[in-house]
Amino acid sequence: MSPARSSATRYWIGFAVVLAALIVAPLVLPEFWRRFVTEILIWGLLAMSSDILIGYTGMVSFGHSAFFGMGMYGAAAALLSIRPPNLWLAIVYGLLGAAVVAVFVAYFSTRLRDIYFSITTLVFSQIFYVIIFTWTEVTGGENGLSFRQPPFSIPGIVSAAFTPVTLHWFVLGVVTVSYLLLRRITQSPFGMVLQSIRENEPRTRAIGYPVERYKIVAVLLSGLFAGLAGVLYAVQNRFAAPDFVFFIVSGEVVIFNVMGGMGTLVGPILGAGFFFMLRELFSRYFTQYYLIPVGIIFVLIVVFLPQGMLGFLRRRLNQ
Amino acid sequence: MAGIPFEQFLVQTVNGLVSGMILALVASGLTLIFGIMDVVNFAHGDLLMLGAFVGSGVFMSSGNFWAALLAAVVVVAVLGALLQVTTLRPLLGRDPLTTILATFGISLVLQNYALWQWGPSARNITEPIGGQFRLLYLQYPVYRIAIALLSGAIIGGLWLFMKYGKYGIWIRATTQDRVMASAMGIPVPTVHAAVFAIGAGMAAASGVLFAPLVGVTQTIGLDFTLRAFVVVVVGGMGNLGGSILASIFVSLLEAYASLFVSPAQAVIVSFVVLVLTLLFRPTGLFVPTPK
Amino acid sequence: MLTLREVHAHYGKSHVLHGVSIDVGPGEVVGLLGRNGVGKSTTLKTIMGLVRASAGAVTFEGRDLVGLPTHRLPGLGIGYVPEDRRVFRLLTVLENLRTGLDRSVVTPARREELLEKVYRHFPVLRERRNQAGGTLSGGEQQMLAIARAMVLEPKIILLDEPTEGLMPRMVGQIREIIEILHKEGVAILLVEQNVPLTLAVSDRVYIMEKGVVRHEGTAAALRADDAVIHQYLGV
Repeated sequence: MSPARSSATRYWIGFAVVLAALIVAPLVLPEFWRRFVTEILIWGLLAMSSDILIGYTGMVSFGHSAFFGMGMYGAAAALLSIRPPNLWLAIVYGLLGAAVVAVFVAYFSTRLRDIYFSITTLVFSQIFYVIIFTWTEVTGGENGLSFRQPPFSIPGIVSAAFTPVTLHWFVLGVVTVSYLLLRRITQSPFGMVLQSIRENEPRTRAIGYPVERYKIVAVLLSGLFAGLAGVLYAVQNRFAAPDFVFFIVSGEVVIFNVMGGMGTLVGPILGAGFFFMLRELFSRYFTQYYLIPVGIIFVLIVVFLPQGMLGFLRRRLNQ
Repeated sequence: MAGIPFEQFLVQTVNGLVSGMILALVASGLTLIFGIMDVVNFAHGDLLMLGAFVGSGVFMSSGNFWAALLAAVVVVAVLGALLQVTTLRPLLGRDPLTTILATFGISLVLQNYALWQWGPSARNITEPIGGQFRLLYLQYPVYRIAIALLSGAIIGGLWLFMKYGKYGIWIRATTQDRVMASAMGIPVPTVHAAVFAIGAGMAAASGVLFAPLVGVTQTIGLDFTLRAFVVVVVGGMGNLGGSILASIFVSLLEAYASLFVSPAQAVIVSFVVLVLTLLFRPTGLFVPTPK
Repeated sequence: MLTLREVHAHYGKSHVLHGVSIDVGPGEVVGLLGRNGVGKSTTLKTIMGLVRASAGAVTFEGRDLVGLPTHRLPGLGIGYVPEDRRVFRLLTVLENLRTGLDRSVVTPARREELLEKVYRHFPVLRERRNQAGGTLSGGEQQMLAIARAMVLEPKIILLDEPTEGLMPRMVGQIREIIEILHKEGVAILLVEQNVPLTLAVSDRVYIMEKGVVRHEGTAAALRADDAVIHQYLGV
């Protein structure tokens, strides 16, 4: 087999192994760890969506908490206002909400570059937080909104409430499909153009690509998948709270991306997993101050391992 | 504007000017740091917060406000220099976005360290100059005016130092052309560390000055960081005079806005100003239009 | 005094210098000629530590320069006048000069002396001493850039294309300045496109092509037989 074929086979084998492990996980893990894995998947999806912008297009966005939040609150809106609570409508509402925010951010993305874009997304997600926090009548303000978990239903075929295990499989399914989709997209010509924008925007423009249009699509894509993550989170936890819209969440997402390795899709998921593991580990010793060592590790990675852990592992394995 | 009593308008104007001066003190440090080493210091507000905590600690044991101010400035300035040398110096020449990330990480560490060290309950510093004075026909706290004047004095001192001091030339030269500055023998890495220390010290001073007004908690820094970012961009990145004007401008607008909406929502004003500036005058509102 | 041995350097990913070897003795004026892009400026930048040498040795008075931070070089006696002059545009002429004068080894009295000396050589700088560097004409900026380096009391000055963009009248002034510096015993490594000027002021000349030195000879020999010049520069 040619090297390309064998590395692709190796990739798919690895993929299958991981997938199998994740399918079996909820059946063998205790409750706490089961939830843990499900949450990592959801945050992993959020981190992947952010990677489209940060890793592939080179636009560092601190605004993902806004997309995530809109997904969350959009799903809440559907689940609270429409009886009986419908899973698919929740997804649709959530995606719509995220799309609206994404349009805004997309507009700015075409006019601002680099630092100015990042600062604006940061500021923007904070505005969003303030609105959600203070508009108590609609968003429940500080306390957020809580609602019932919708059943998994396909009209005419099945309707069953989620168990923790089936919910995990649902989330796994959504995240896996998203991953495969995103992978396809990033490896397509479209994805190549995004990367060339990241490498050298003026030259990409000079070659003749309508850079603005590509950026808009990238933002929309990123926002939609982030919103999807928000919907999943809402469905899993049955509440929507402003804490998740606070820009620190965006910051954490960026941390996942950097720690895991930008521009790899898999890296950010690893980064999310690594972060949560560290948090668990350090919480045992540092209780709620786990962010001190985690923060230090993050800074060390930024300075010494700019390719993230994935890049580091790759280099190691190649030697 | 109809229906707002004139006294309130007047009070808000003075309030706006006072917060503007404090914000200017914070923003000047940020702008100085950005101008010279292209670092967007996400942790700037947290340096302010640390200064406030250190100050409150010294204040509690000594009872002396000015000792607290001095101690806070010195400690945070030294910390700033250490941070710059260990974390930011290796990043010089890399993408400026990595500095946002690195300083974001530092911000998380500082905030949680403060939580760990001083606990979640708010600390206090009593104002050194109590009492009120008559502003036209109103009573207005003397201390607030004092902070504004003191901030102004510090900024003025900075400006004089930059213009006439021997090391002021080094800082200005390094800001304009780091490469040629080192070709002239200016020890650029040391200048960078020193400027970061100065910026950090100024932030710490703002923290201590501002503390009697609001009380000291771990989150006060964040608010300042965001507003300082807004102000630095609106004033023109790296432009000291611009960021001072922008601080006053934005603070005044916020003060007036709090006549109509809650203070939490008044914060949106500064963000709106930022967005408008970036769309229409991206080099800064107070910067002459580039030819 | 200044020696480069087999120096390689990269600009980002491109390999620009492929083993440059050059010598400059004390008080010598050495010219470095070559077409655009052959690596002449990069050679000067590598000496100054602005570009890191990836291989080879750069020594000054026996001391290894590779890896030394740029700001230590003026203290050793190396002055630099880059192409495009690069004066500090927002600093006044006097402040520009002071960036070099504010070294701790210089007493206030000596500072005045050095300033006076520079004003004598460049009267126009005395006139414009309180004007911002950016408001000076091209020629005046060039003089300021050279004065800035002179004020460091250097043993050698690296001059990068000092006559670029200057009117012919100014070229003569540059020549005079180089000769004054030479008389004071300051060595000069001169990178230039202006061949006649270079041949007139230099003791020896190197010719570079594609990142290496292709020819080395005395200026006198090259003045007599310029076939080599035509070969490498097509002039």
